[in-house]
Amino acid sequence: MTDTFFLSASLMILFAALLSLYRVVVGPSIIDRIIGVNVIGTKTIAVIVLTGYLFERVEFFIDIAFLYALINFIGALVLAKYFEQKGVEHTGPTP
Amino acid sequence: MNLVAEFLICSGVFFLFMGAVGLIRFPDFYTRMHAAGKCDTLGSLLVLTGLACHEGLGLASAKLLVIAVFIFFTSPTATHAIARAAHKNRVPFWSPGDRG
Repeated sequence: MTDTFFLSASLMILFAALLSLYRVVVGPSIIDRIIGVNVIGTKTIAVIVLTGYLFERVEFFIDIAFLYALINFIGALVLAKYFEQKGVEHTGPTP
Repeated sequence: MNLVAEFLICSGVFFLFMGAVGLIRFPDFYTRMHAAGKCDTLGSLLVLTGLACHEGLGLASAKLLVIAVFIFFTSPTATHAIARAAHKNRVPFWSPGDRG
Protein backbone atom coordinates (compact mmCIF):
# COMPACT_ATOMS: atom_id res chain seq x y z
CA MET A 1 0.00 0.00 0.00
CA THR A 2 2.85 2.34 0.86
CA ASP A 3 4.55 1.61 -2.46
CA THR A 4 1.37 2.43 -4.36
CA PHE A 5 1.04 5.71 -2.47
CA PHE A 6 4.61 6.78 -3.22
CA LEU A 7 4.30 5.71 -6.86
CA SER A 8 1.09 7.69 -7.39
CA ALA A 9 2.55 10.75 -5.64
CA SER A 10 5.65 10.72 -7.83
CA LEU A 11 3.55 10.21 -10.97
CA MET A 12 1.42 13.24 -10.04
CA ILE A 13 4.56 15.34 -9.51
CA LEU A 14 5.94 14.13 -12.86
CA PHE A 15 2.70 15.17 -14.55
CA ALA A 16 3.02 18.62 -12.95
CA ALA A 17 6.60 18.82 -14.28
CA LEU A 18 5.25 17.94 -17.73
CA LEU A 19 2.80 20.85 -17.43
CA SER A 20 5.70 23.16 -16.50
CA LEU A 21 7.57 21.99 -19.60
CA TYR A 22 4.92 23.81 -21.65
CA ARG A 23 6.17 27.11 -20.27
CA VAL A 24 9.77 26.16 -21.07
CA VAL A 25 8.92 25.37 -24.69
CA VAL A 26 6.58 28.25 -25.62
CA GLY A 27 7.58 30.91 -23.06
CA PRO A 28 7.60 34.30 -24.77
CA SER A 29 10.89 35.47 -23.30
CA ILE A 30 14.05 33.75 -22.11
CA ILE A 31 13.25 34.55 -18.50
CA ASP A 32 10.00 32.55 -18.63
CA ARG A 33 12.07 29.59 -19.72
CA ILE A 34 14.46 30.09 -16.81
CA ILE A 35 11.64 30.08 -14.26
CA GLY A 36 10.17 26.95 -15.90
CA VAL A 37 13.49 25.12 -15.63
CA ASN A 38 13.80 26.19 -12.00
CA VAL A 39 10.31 24.87 -11.20
CA ILE A 40 11.06 21.54 -12.90
CA GLY A 41 14.29 21.22 -10.90
CA THR A 42 12.50 21.82 -7.61
CA LYS A 43 9.89 19.19 -8.47
CA THR A 44 12.66 16.74 -9.42
CA ILE A 45 14.10 16.89 -5.88
CA ALA A 46 10.83 15.55 -4.45
CA VAL A 47 10.64 12.90 -7.19
CA ILE A 48 14.21 11.71 -6.46
CA VAL A 49 13.48 11.20 -2.75
CA LEU A 50 10.19 9.38 -3.52
CA THR A 51 12.08 7.14 -5.97
CA GLY A 52 14.51 6.31 -3.19
CA TYR A 53 11.58 5.01 -1.13
CA LEU A 54 10.38 2.92 -4.09
CA PHE A 55 13.79 1.27 -4.52
CA GLU A 56 14.38 1.04 -0.72
CA ARG A 57 17.74 2.84 -0.96
CA VAL A 58 16.68 6.01 0.82
CA GLU A 59 19.99 7.29 2.24
CA PHE A 60 21.65 6.89 -1.13
CA PHE A 61 18.99 8.85 -2.99
CA ILE A 62 18.80 11.60 -0.36
CA ASP A 63 22.43 12.56 -1.05
CA ILE A 64 21.67 12.74 -4.77
CA ALA A 65 18.66 14.96 -4.01
CA PHE A 66 20.82 17.29 -1.92
CA LEU A 67 23.37 17.60 -4.73
CA TYR A 68 20.54 18.25 -7.17
CA ALA A 69 19.18 21.04 -4.96
CA LEU A 70 22.64 22.67 -4.85
CA ILE A 71 23.12 22.50 -8.61
CA ASN A 72 19.59 23.79 -9.26
CA PHE A 73 20.16 26.81 -7.01
CA ILE A 74 23.55 27.69 -8.49
CA GLY A 75 22.26 27.26 -12.05
CA ALA A 76 19.29 29.56 -11.45
CA LEU A 77 21.51 32.22 -9.87
CA VAL A 78 24.06 32.09 -12.69
CA LEU A 79 21.40 32.27 -15.42
CA ALA A 80 19.68 35.20 -13.67
CA LYS A 81 22.96 37.13 -13.31
CA TYR A 82 23.93 36.45 -16.91
CA PHE A 83 20.66 37.59 -18.43
CA GLU A 84 20.45 40.56 -16.07
CA GLN A 85 23.57 41.96 -17.75
CA LYS A 86 22.97 40.69 -21.26
CA GLY A 87 19.36 41.86 -21.55
CA VAL A 88 16.08 40.04 -22.01
CA GLU A 89 14.45 40.21 -25.43
CA HIS A 90 10.69 40.28 -25.13
CA THR A 91 8.36 39.73 -28.07
CA GLY A 92 4.74 40.73 -27.65
CA PRO A 93 2.63 40.72 -24.48
CA THR A 94 1.67 37.05 -24.04
CA PRO A 95 1.47 33.90 -26.19
CA MET B 1 2.57 4.83 7.10
CA ASN B 2 1.04 7.14 9.60
CA LEU B 3 -1.75 9.56 8.86
CA VAL B 4 0.30 12.74 9.36
CA ALA B 5 2.86 11.77 6.72
CA GLU B 6 0.11 10.84 4.27
CA PHE B 7 -1.64 14.17 4.79
CA LEU B 8 1.59 16.16 4.41
CA ILE B 9 2.62 14.38 1.20
CA CYS B 10 -0.87 14.74 -0.31
CA SER B 11 -0.99 18.47 0.40
CA GLY B 12 2.55 18.91 -0.94
CA VAL B 13 1.60 17.18 -4.20
CA PHE B 14 -1.48 19.42 -4.39
CA PHE B 15 0.63 22.58 -4.01
CA LEU B 16 3.18 21.42 -6.59
CA PHE B 17 0.38 20.69 -9.05
CA MET B 18 -1.32 24.05 -8.47
CA GLY B 19 2.02 25.80 -8.99
CA ALA B 20 2.38 24.12 -12.39
CA VAL B 21 -1.19 25.09 -13.35
CA GLY B 22 -0.51 28.69 -12.34
CA LEU B 23 2.71 28.68 -14.34
CA ILE B 24 0.71 27.78 -17.43
CA ARG B 25 -2.41 29.87 -16.93
CA PHE B 26 -1.26 33.27 -15.67
CA PRO B 27 -0.94 35.99 -18.34
CA ASP B 28 2.17 37.84 -17.16
CA PHE B 29 5.74 37.05 -16.21
CA TYR B 30 5.43 38.47 -12.70
CA THR B 31 2.18 36.64 -11.91
CA ARG B 32 3.71 33.41 -13.20
CA MET B 33 6.66 33.96 -10.91
CA HIS B 34 4.25 34.57 -8.02
CA ALA B 35 2.63 31.18 -8.64
CA ALA B 36 5.84 29.29 -9.29
CA GLY B 37 7.97 30.65 -6.46
CA LYS B 38 5.63 30.25 -3.52
CA CYS B 39 3.77 27.08 -4.51
CA ASP B 40 7.00 25.30 -5.36
CA THR B 41 8.71 26.20 -2.09
CA LEU B 42 5.75 25.17 0.06
CA GLY B 43 5.05 22.01 -1.95
CA SER B 44 8.54 20.55 -1.78
CA LEU B 45 8.81 21.58 1.87
CA LEU B 46 5.60 19.67 2.67
CA VAL B 47 6.65 16.56 0.70
CA LEU B 48 10.08 16.42 2.35
CA THR B 49 8.62 16.97 5.84
CA GLY B 50 6.03 14.25 5.24
CA LEU B 51 8.74 11.81 4.18
CA ALA B 52 10.73 12.70 7.32
CA CYS B 53 7.61 11.97 9.42
CA HIS B 54 7.25 8.63 7.64
CA GLU B 55 10.88 7.78 8.31
CA GLY B 56 10.88 8.48 12.03
CA LEU B 57 13.92 9.61 14.00
CA GLY B 58 17.25 8.83 12.39
CA LEU B 59 19.93 9.91 9.96
CA ALA B 60 17.66 9.81 6.89
CA SER B 61 15.03 12.08 8.41
CA ALA B 62 17.74 14.49 9.59
CA LYS B 63 19.09 14.68 6.05
CA LEU B 64 15.55 15.21 4.71
CA LEU B 65 15.02 18.10 7.13
CA VAL B 66 18.38 19.58 6.08
CA ILE B 67 17.25 19.48 2.44
CA ALA B 68 13.93 21.09 3.47
CA VAL B 69 15.70 23.95 5.28
CA PHE B 70 18.04 24.38 2.31
CA ILE B 71 15.10 24.66 -0.11
CA PHE B 72 13.35 27.03 2.30
CA PHE B 73 16.28 29.43 1.99
CA THR B 74 17.44 28.95 -1.60
CA SER B 75 14.21 28.76 -3.60
CA PRO B 76 13.04 32.30 -2.67
CA THR B 77 16.57 33.54 -3.30
CA ALA B 78 16.60 32.13 -6.83
CA THR B 79 13.12 33.51 -7.49
CA HIS B 80 14.21 36.93 -6.27
CA ALA B 81 17.31 36.90 -8.49
CA ILE B 82 15.26 36.01 -11.58
CA ALA B 83 12.61 38.64 -10.77
CA ARG B 84 15.36 41.23 -10.32
CA ALA B 85 16.79 40.38 -13.74
CA ALA B 86 13.32 40.79 -15.28
CA HIS B 87 12.64 44.07 -13.49
CA LYS B 88 15.99 45.59 -14.51
CA ASN B 89 15.34 44.72 -18.16
CA ARG B 90 11.81 46.19 -18.03
CA VAL B 91 9.75 43.14 -18.86
CA PRO B 92 6.26 44.65 -19.35
CA PHE B 93 3.42 44.21 -16.89
CA TRP B 94 0.06 42.79 -17.81
CA SER B 95 -2.78 45.31 -18.09
CA PRO B 96 -6.51 44.51 -18.44
CA GLY B 97 -6.62 45.45 -22.13
CA ASP B 98 -4.03 42.84 -23.08
CA ARG B 99 -4.78 39.45 -24.52
CA GLY B 100 -4.51 36.41 -22.26
